[in-house]
This record gives sequence, C-alpha cells and structure tokens, in this order.
Amino acid sequence: MIKSKLFAVAFLCINFLSAQDYFPKNDGVIAKNTNYTAFTNAKIHVSPNQIVENGTLLIKDGKIVSSGNAVTIPKNTTVIDLSGKSIYPSFIDIYSDFGVEKPVRQSGRRSGQYNPTRTGYYWNDHVMPENNAIEKFKFDDKKAEELIKAGFGVVNTHIQDGIVRGTGALVALNRHQGNEARILDDKSGQYFSFKKSNTSDQSYPTSLMGSMALLRQLYLDANWYAKGNIETKDLSIEAFNRNKSLVQIFEAGSRANVARADKIGDMFNIQYVILGGGNEYERIDQIKALNAPLVVPINFPDAYDVENIFLTEKLSLEDMRKWDQYPTNPKVLAENNISFALTLHAIKNTKDFKTNLAKAIQYGLSKEKALEALTSIPAQLLGKANIIGSLKNGCYANFLITSGDVFDTRTILHENWVQGQRNIINDFNKKDIRGHYPFSLANESYEMTIKGDLDKLKAEIVSNEKTRGSKISHSDNWVNIAFTTQDSTKQEFIRIIANIDDHKNLKGKATLPNGSKTSFIAKYSQTASENKETKSNHGKKEPTKTFSQLTYPNKAFGLKELPVQETLLFKNATVWTNENDGILENTDLLIKNGKIAQIGKNLTDNSAKTIDATGKHITAGIIDEHSHIAAASINESGHNSSAEVTIEDVIDETSIDIYRNLAGGVTTVQILHGSANPIGGRSALIKLKWGENADNLIYKNAPKFIKFALGENVKQSNWGSSETNRFPQTRMGVEQMFIDYFTRAKEYDTAKKSGKPYRKDIEMETLAEILNKERFITCHSYVQSEINMLMKVAEQFNFNINTFTHILEGYKLADKMKAHGAGGSTFSDWWAYKYEVNDAIPFNAAIMHHAGITVAINSDDAEMSRRLNQEAAKTIKYGGVTEEEALKFITLNPAKLLHIDHRVGSIKVGKDADLVLWNYHPLSIYAKAEKTIIEGAIYFDIERDNELKEVQKAERSMLINEMLKAKNEGLKTQPIKKNEKQALHCDSE
Amino acid sequence: MKYFTIILALIFCTTSGFGQQTPAPKQKNPIAIIGAVAHIGNGEVIKNSTIVISDGKIANIVNADEVQLRLSSDVQVVNATGKHVYPGFIIPNTTLGLVEIDAVRATDDKSEIGGLIPHVRSLIAYNTESKIVESMRPNGILLGQITPRSGRISGTSSVVQFDAWNWEDATVKTDDGIHLNWPSPFTRGRWWLGEDASIKLNPNYQEQIAEIVSFFNGTKAYSEGSQSPTNLTYNATKGLFDGTKKLYIHVNDEKGIADAIGFAKDNQVKSMVIVGGEEAHKVTELLKQNDVPVLLARVHSLPDGDDDDYDLPYKRAKLLVDAGVLVALENSGDMERMNARNLPFYAGTTVAHGLTKEQALQLITSNAAKILGIDKDYGTLETGKSATLFISEGDALDMKTNQLTHAFIDGRSISLETHQTELWHRYEEKYKTQQ
Repeated sequence: MIKSKLFAVAFLCINFLSAQDYFPKNDGVIAKNTNYTAFTNAKIHVSPNQIVENGTLLIKDGKIVSSGNAVTIPKNTTVIDLSGKSIYPSFIDIYSDFGVEKPVRQSGRRSGQYNPTRTGYYWNDHVMPENNAIEKFKFDDKKAEELIKAGFGVVNTHIQDGIVRGTGALVALNRHQGNEARILDDKSGQYFSFKKSNTSDQSYPTSLMGSMALLRQLYLDANWYAKGNIETKDLSIEAFNRNKSLVQIFEAGSRANVARADKIGDMFNIQYVILGGGNEYERIDQIKALNAPLVVPINFPDAYDVENIFLTEKLSLEDMRKWDQYPTNPKVLAENNISFALTLHAIKNTKDFKTNLAKAIQYGLSKEKALEALTSIPAQLLGKANIIGSLKNGCYANFLITSGDVFDTRTILHENWVQGQRNIINDFNKKDIRGHYPFSLANESYEMTIKGDLDKLKAEIVSNEKTRGSKISHSDNWVNIAFTTQDSTKQEFIRIIANIDDHKNLKGKATLPNGSKTSFIAKYSQTASENKETKSNHGKKEPTKTFSQLTYPNKAFGLKELPVQETLLFKNATVWTNENDGILENTDLLIKNGKIAQIGKNLTDNSAKTIDATGKHITAGIIDEHSHIAAASINESGHNSSAEVTIEDVIDETSIDIYRNLAGGVTTVQILHGSANPIGGRSALIKLKWGENADNLIYKNAPKFIKFALGENVKQSNWGSSETNRFPQTRMGVEQMFIDYFTRAKEYDTAKKSGKPYRKDIEMETLAEILNKERFITCHSYVQSEINMLMKVAEQFNFNINTFTHILEGYKLADKMKAHGAGGSTFSDWWAYKYEVNDAIPFNAAIMHHAGITVAINSDDAEMSRRLNQEAAKTIKYGGVTEEEALKFITLNPAKLLHIDHRVGSIKVGKDADLVLWNYHPLSIYAKAEKTIIEGAIYFDIERDNELKEVQKAERSMLINEMLKAKNEGLKTQPIKKNEKQALHCDSE
Repeated sequence: MKYFTIILALIFCTTSGFGQQTPAPKQKNPIAIIGAVAHIGNGEVIKNSTIVISDGKIANIVNADEVQLRLSSDVQVVNATGKHVYPGFIIPNTTLGLVEIDAVRATDDKSEIGGLIPHVRSLIAYNTESKIVESMRPNGILLGQITPRSGRISGTSSVVQFDAWNWEDATVKTDDGIHLNWPSPFTRGRWWLGEDASIKLNPNYQEQIAEIVSFFNGTKAYSEGSQSPTNLTYNATKGLFDGTKKLYIHVNDEKGIADAIGFAKDNQVKSMVIVGGEEAHKVTELLKQNDVPVLLARVHSLPDGDDDDYDLPYKRAKLLVDAGVLVALENSGDMERMNARNLPFYAGTTVAHGLTKEQALQLITSNAAKILGIDKDYGTLETGKSATLFISEGDALDMKTNQLTHAFIDGRSISLETHQTELWHRYEEKYKTQQ
C-alpha cells in the first residue's frame, strides 16, 4: 500500500486511462494501470438514504469497486485519508443543452410560409425526431469546468429547439478524457416542447393548441406509418418510431403546461418526464394527480426593486407572490411525494444554483430529497441507476468530496471526481483560515479578520479603530499579508509571511517599513458571526415561512378557499324566469344542491341561508355565446383549416377576466377559436367557476362546437399587403375551400365506416362529426352573400349551420336563415370598423328576432362581456324588443344556441342554480350584479369583493415592505414587470 | 311596442329618401315644448317645464307649475308630457368625421406626420356627411370636439355641431385648443414579441419634455419679435399664451399628470385640460389647486392591471367629482367613433357607481361645455342659450329608455334618421311585404 499525495494519483490517472486498448500508440509504450484508489475514513453518502460513517470508497478504472465499512483494500491501492470529509455522488442535470448549440433564428417575420422547407421528412418543419444531439455535440470545456464547480458530474443534453427535438445524449463532464469515455449514452431520450424551431419559418403551428394538435396527429401518423400504410419515405417518422423506446422528456415550462403535456401523453399511453416551471405548488393536487415525474428549475425570482412608488404600482400581487413563494416549490413537491429532479435549466448564472438550492432547503425541502432530486431520481428517470446517481458497486466513480454537508452554504467542495478523474476545486490540504486573528507587532495590537471565498480571501486589519489597507494571499500552506501603516498618507507597508500550523495559527515573520524584521504570531479563533451560525446550524432550524397568501388562482381577487354549494333562500325578489311564468314579483327562490329547488311565495327551508332580496331582481346567469377570455391562445392561423385544434387545451383559469365577467353577472361562456381561417378550431364551453382548475371549468358532456369564419379576416384582407399567399384570398375561394374539406371529410367518413383500416386524421374526424350532426358550427359572418353561401354549402352536405355569430347583415336574409334553421348571435351596436360592417345596424337583433330566429347578443370582447345586460337592453332602444325577450338574448337564447338550455338559461325548478342577484332592474344601465352564483356556489359577491380589496391592499403593502428589506440586506433585485395580456378578439393570434 | 310605433310615426314625417340626412333649415316659427321633465344640465331639474325656442335660442324656460307662459298663435307646440328634455350631449376629444372605416386607410384622416404640428387643423377634414356622425344624433349627441391624433403635438381641434352641409356651417368654435400627447414617464419592451417586459423609467423623459419647453419658448420669443418670416407652428401656438386656445394634455398616469400640471404652470400656459386621466383620481388635490379640469377616459373600459378594482373605470368619475374636480367624459381609443354614440350610457354607468343622475348628466353637458369653452351658448337649458336640445321618451342616460322623438340644433329640428335606420325600415318593409 502506498500512501501518497493525491496530486500524484491524479497524474497517474491522466496518463494511464486516456488511451484506448485497440488504438495504435506511436509516442511511447502502452502502459496499463490496474491499480485501485481507496478513500478512507469518510462519511459516504452511497445514496440519499444510505450513509456510511467512516467508510471506504474503492475505485478502479473510473468505476466504483465497492463502498462501505467492510471494504477489502487490495495491495495495489493508493489510499487517501478523508477523515472529517464527506463523499457524495455528484449531481446529474437531466435537462441540459451542454455542448449543443441552439440554432439561432434566421429571419424576421415575412409573409406566412405554409409549406415545409424539407422533403423526405414530416410535413411540419418543427417536428425533427431525426435530430440527434450527439451529432452536434462538442465538449465545452469551459462550461464543464463551471458545472463541475457546481457539483455536477453528468449532464443529459439535447438540442433545445423545435416541437419534436430528437434524441439527447448522456455525457459525463470528463475533462481529462475524450468522448469515447464521456458519452454514457448517445441516445438517452427523446425530447419535446410546445415551441417551434428557429430553423424554419413554417407558420404552423402559430399557437399552443396547434402544437398540441400537431403532436397528437404525429403519434397517429407514426402508428399508421409503422403499419406500413404509407408508401413514401418519411425519415422523421422512422426516427420517431425508433426513438419510442427511449425515455420521453417534455419541456412544458409552467404548471399549466405540465398538465397539457401530460394530457397528450395520456392519449397515447406515454408517460413523459416533464420539465415544469417552478410554480407547481400553486395547484399541487392537480399536479399530483398527473402522476408524472417532473424536472423542476430553481430559478427563484429576485425581489423587485420597489423603490419607485409609481413603478411599484404597476407591479402585480401575482408577481410579488412569486418572489415570496417560488422557493417553496421543491418542498411542496416533496411533501406530496411527487418524484422530481432538479435542473440548472433557466438559471442564468450557474453559481446561483447553490444559493437557490440552499434557499429551497431553507424553505423546507429536506436534504435527503434534495440529494435524490440531483442524483438517484434523474438516474432512475433516465434508466441509468446502475451506472450513475449513486456510489454503488459498478457505478461510475462520479463523486464529490466535501468538508461536510453538501447543502450547507458554508461547506467547501474540495473535489469533484468524474469517471475516476480528479478535479480539484478547493484543495482539502489547503486550510480554511477564515477566522479571527488578533496579533501585535512593534507594541501595537491589531485585530485581523480573514474572510471571503476560499480562493479569494480578504483580510480586514483594524488597529486603533482604523482599518488598514491590506492584501492577503494563500498558497502551499503559507500566507502573505501586506498592510498599510498608521499614517496612510505615507504609503508604507508592513509585510508578513507566515506558515499555517495544524490549528490554523499563523507563525512567521513581519518586515516593517524600515526594513527591520520581527517574529509574527497570530492565533486562530472563530469569528463571532461564524460562531453564531455554527450553533444555529446544530439546532433544528424552522423552515422559512412565506409572507403572502396562496389563493385560487394565485393572484389578486383569488380565493383562499373554493366556493361551495349552499342552500340559499332568496326572499321577496323580482324573478325573471324566462319561462311561461314571465317576471314574478315579490317571489321567493330556493336553491339547493346546486339546482333551483323551488319558486313561489312564502317559501321556507330550515337549512337555508336566507337572503332578503326586497327591491332586487334575480335572473338566470348571463351566457356569452362568443367570448375569447381565459384562453392562452385563440387563433391557429398556420393553416386555412385548423379543425384539429381545440380551445379546451388552452383554457387559462387564472385570467382575471373570469372574475370581471362574474362581476357582470356572466356564468357561462363559449370560448371560441378566432377568425383567422375559414375552418377554425373547436370551442370550449365553460362555467366561470373562479378558483377551479381549467378542467373543472369545462362543461361535462357538453355539446360539441367548432368555429368557422367568413369574410375579410379569413381572406386576410387586413393583414397587410404581403399576406397574399394563403388560399383563399376571396369570398369565391372560401366557398371552394369548404366544399373541398367537406368532400374529403365525407370520403374519410365513408372509409372509416366501411370497417377497413384508415389513416386517422383529427381534422377529418372533426369535420365528419359535423356531417354526422354531432358537432355544431358557430360561424363568424358579416355580409349576406357569404352567409347565404355557407348555408347552401351546408345544405349540399345535408347538415345545418347552427349559429351565425356577429351575423351583422343577418337582417338582410333573416327569411333565409329562418328557413335554414340557423340562429344568430350578434353585437348590439358595433359597426364601421371595417368595410364589411358598413351596413351593420343595431336593429339587426330585433329584425332577426321578429323574423323568428333564435337571437343572442354576444360580446367577442372582455370588456363588453362584463356588461352584456346593457348590450341586451340596447335592443329595446334599437327595434323595440320587449324587456323580457331582451333578457333572453343573453340567457335563454344563447343556451338554446349552445344546446344547453335543458341545464341553464332560465329559472326553472331542476335547472342549474346559475343565477344573478341584481340591485336594480337588470336591463337598466343602473343595475349592478351583487351576487353571481354557479350551481349553488357564490363565485362573486360584491361584499366579498370589497373585503378582498382591503386584504389585498394590506398584502401588497407587506410584500413591498419585505422587498425593500431584501434590497437593504443587499440581495439582488430585478426591475418591475407589468403583466399584461393582449386583449383577445377574433382577429387575435 | 309603444316606443316603437311612436318612432315609426316620427320617421315617416321626416324621412326623405336614402343617403345622408339633409341638414335642417333655419328655425322659422317659435316652438314650445310643454310638459316635459327638463334636465337643465347644471344639476337642476324642472319636473313640468315649458321651453320656448325662438330664433335658434331658448327664449324662455320655466316651471309650468309656477309660471304660465302665454304662447302666441305662431308658436308650434310640442306636447312632451311625461317625456324628458336634455341639452344636446357633447363628445369631446373625438375623431368623428376624420375616419369613416377603421380598416380602410383611404378613409383615415386623423393622424398627420411630424412631431410638433399645432398648425394642423382638424376642422377642414371634418366630414359632415359621415354616416357615423349622423348616427350620434338619435342618441342625443349633438356636438363634438373634433381632435387630431398622434405625434407629440397632434394639431388643433375645433368644436362642431352634428347637422351641417359643410364644415364651415358645422363650426361652433374654431381652433379651440392644441393637443399635446404627454411623454410617457415609463418604457417597456414589447413583451409579446419576446422583448424584456420590465417597465422602466423612460430615460428620454426629461429630454422629451425639454423639447416641448423649447418649442413653447420659441413661440414666446417669436411673438415678441417681428414675426417675419412667418412660422406656421409658432403662429398656431401663440393662442396658448394669450388665452385664446386651451392646451389639452393627453396623459393618464399619476406622475405624468403631476408633471404636466407643473409644466403648464412653469410655461405660462393660460388654460390647460387633462385628457384621459386614468389616474387623475390619485392627484385630485393638485388638480383642484390648479383649477385643472379632466376629460376622463372611456368609462366602459377594462381596468389597467389585474390588481385594480373591477369597477375602477366605472367609478373614476365619482372619485373626481367628489373631490371637486371639473370632469367631462371622453371615449378615445379602440373603435372610438362608432362607440361615441354610447356617451349617454357611459354617464349612466357612473350613476350605478355612485353619482346622481343629474351629476352624471353634467359630465356630458355643462361640464363638457365649460371645459371646451362653449358654455356661453351650450351645455345647459337656460334662457338665452342656443336651443340645442332633444326630447326623449324616457331617461336618456339609460339605453332602455333613451328614445328620441325630437332633436334641435340651434333651434333647427334635425332628422333623427340615419343610414342605419333607413336600412332598418327597408328590411322591415321587405319582410312585411313577404308575409
């Protein structure tokens, strides 16, 4: 057994392990090293839950031979004594772009590009399963050094570009050998995202829902191809099918997108490993239910710089809470037994990783879970637990030598071994001399404090209450110190050279300015603050608590607890039934179990909460047939037909518009696709249950709808003069496009019904549903010619257009609409914003209504939708509609058009208790909604609104105060952001 | 159905063919409107009024319960018992008549190029035959301040009435004010294009203000000198310092408003108005101290931030009125022209959120007239003022009852027909004949 200085070992490793057996060698002899290296007397974290005190780690040929207390050390072993030190498996980053450059976007926006740029591949350029990170991989030594310093040993890298990104590579950060050693797996997984590639300008998909639809169709096509049904070559699909057996990793990037990614996987029995956004804690139950393994970033936001009051007013409570709450995310995931790995992804400066990790632990993440998330879990997720992620026999010798607990910020990372190759970060033979050193020289006493980073020490020397200018350096167990004399104007220095003894005391000599030399001794002691910290570290520290509230959704006006169904008895109200009973005065209304239970006089119910509604009005909840609120995207404009996309995929339950709509008495909205293309996407029919998650907003077993569109928008008239390359560009073309699609859908449906195999196509499935009268069309429409055309096309294919929306010239062909059986959902008084609405008139609703058409008034606008009662009332002014009928335009009639009138739209025993309590006549400009109720639960209450305003004011002020404190403590801050969503209309992308 | 028939009856009296409405001729005989609830526009109401209109002016307005007027035989009597009379509503800061169809560039005359162009005058581009302008009248909006847009100083506005053959006839007040778009104190990236979303203090803010100061100083120096050669921009600006023109400063945020007030004072601007003023409620003291009125941004709009009260845009007027600030309503922004006819309902909404109906009415009548400097003749139903008023079946601030039977501009009985009512009648007729 040879005991030697460690650097010698390192030297040997480099020389003997770098050559490969079968490679010729012309610069010397082939010398094989079969020696072992043993690390003894260390606290070894073999795995997060297996810790060996005073253990031995034996390695050979870059791998672990054995570890534990009973390791037999062979004779040909170099032994390194690690008394007092700890050994951990090094960290793994499962989501990295190490050594693989992301393609840079080439051009700015030109006119839309609808075709792919490639041939022989999938029809969409953003699908690139044929890409392999290994082909672009170039070991980045500088970055490797940075990662090694942060404790990482292995990264799983891939090309972070495109929707399907191809395979990644699992690479060890081995700086001493070549790729032959580093590459642990050249196809370590297949990668996905919702984001398009920088390498192509192909328009499709322009939206999140388009990305989702594209992925679904790809799975179907791959399956069809695998069965040999496609005769032409598709290199993308072939690669995709080959990559199926690998781990599938999805960049979602936010809590909501994690759920979206998982939903796609569920459809095809694939469990993705999903990269989250760090905000999963906001709806942890939803995330837990997904049962998906996660990768989470820890790029916790800095405090905002809130010194400028004007700027601070633009900062939202939502963003302030992020600063306060994000550090709790790992803890919350761990507490809910969600399997997750941590990643460096999204952290701008690798150095921040350690700080943020410590913060996560400070906020309650257990150290064991932290270690799992950096070692065993990523290894398991990659199916590589037998070679990385622990110090078990046979694994790569990837480990860290530390002065103690790896997650303690004060712990020194001495070495990071990768594949048996040593990387010295802070020489553990080098003593940590940070501390307090009083000394005296020439009858003067000094107080010296050595502090700073180990490789960048600073000395603070004080004498006679005056701080001296000083410099310190430390190498090979010697320190050099120079400091100024009492009279700083003289620029004279006292120089010291001293050796460090085993107790960190400094002994040597000092040279005074006059050249005389004298002996120097300074005794080490802990600094006061160090002392305190060490002590507090021993005691069990309480995790740091957040200051702010967690609400649903987690922003202003969010609710701490979700509203629940109540039994409510309204006394003495004016009840607008929308039924034969008409408007009932001085009437009681009982709601129970989410339904309307009783309507009448002198009702009683002991279990009910009684609400005096004297002088007040109750109507059915308002239904907006045409809305674009609460969606992450509205238009998929990359194709002229996008029947494959659905708004249900992209509901944003955090949109404040939900709350604002509730405050205007709205309970149900149809979120429609936009009007960028003739065949748009499928709708989402939702109830505005503020606080619930996206899935819980959607009507169960709702009738199916799709948006169609006509006119200027679909022919891109107002998109600028360069957008002239997408068919159709005229109303003539629009007709032919419909005929083409329905002809093909009919053929598709025939093939499907024939029982023979067919290529499943989501777009055609959707159109076939229309032909089979299982899906209804709401068509954006303006001028009479095109409206008439679409009815004729529908009749040709033997179905009906359910609803024409906008339908501003409906009054010109009300008779034809009536004959066809179409309904009209229109604006009260919008016009003149483009050429095709020049003949739009506010009397439209009245004329269509008088012609016997089911008429609704809609908003298409987040502002107007919160006062649709006023819009309905305009039909009284414009055309003399009765009050009772006017109210139906925003309640019962849209319910009929949406085929949900058996559930909502009127006040009838047995229907859903979706109601609004108004302080005044509901069609008057003077009316305000006081309570908005959905299925018996109060989702808006004007009194609660006032309370929330007060509570929020206090919370904002408290958070601002805490952020000011953080800034004063010297923490980093970031400039204020203003969260704003583009208000979405039909024309929005 | 009742309103419906009355309207129809009226229409058939006044309709004359299709196309734009023919401006009404000068008033010949005196007219007396009797029995109506008269909303004076200054906060007062006469429940049973007699209003006599003669030579385009209100010759007399009295409480019929107290004063019986003797009407001469040539007086045409309009019995308006149970109906309501209001002064014609006024829409300030509007681009009515400057753009016909938003999406058709050829119809757009609202924004001239050049940064400091006070000499550019909206009046001469104002299209009296606009279909959108005529659609204002059936809702009671009879006057407007036609205002150019864009640039730092976008030009000069004028006040017009909405029933005229040409812009000269339409003029109520020529070149009433200059419109300054105040620099934004903040800047931020276009986040939707992936730029940094953080909001910062505008680094060029002081420089942008200095540019305006220097322009104003230039005007003052020019006025003192020989004024030769002529400088059109300075000529157009002189009025700010002799009180013949007002300075309308378009600004919404608290800091900008405060800075704008300081700026106007420091530069001896005689009369200034804040336009927009979304955060004016945060600086009411300052506004009051300096006697600065506000043309308040569109009531029917979304709150600016997620944290704002859902009803903030609805209750801003109340916050300002309660603090004693002189306020009128404007509606610039998206689809502003076609939405301008909803002006009365903006006022109505402020009632649901705290004001009284008569206070709300002031926001679109007397207050607007005062701010625009036309209150000598317009804005209230008072003896001696222009007979620019209308009769509504019911409360004109509520769309359910805003049903005009008559409207007068300077005593002329104007048509309440529009391109839209004509299409309505035409197609009603079509379906009737089909039955």
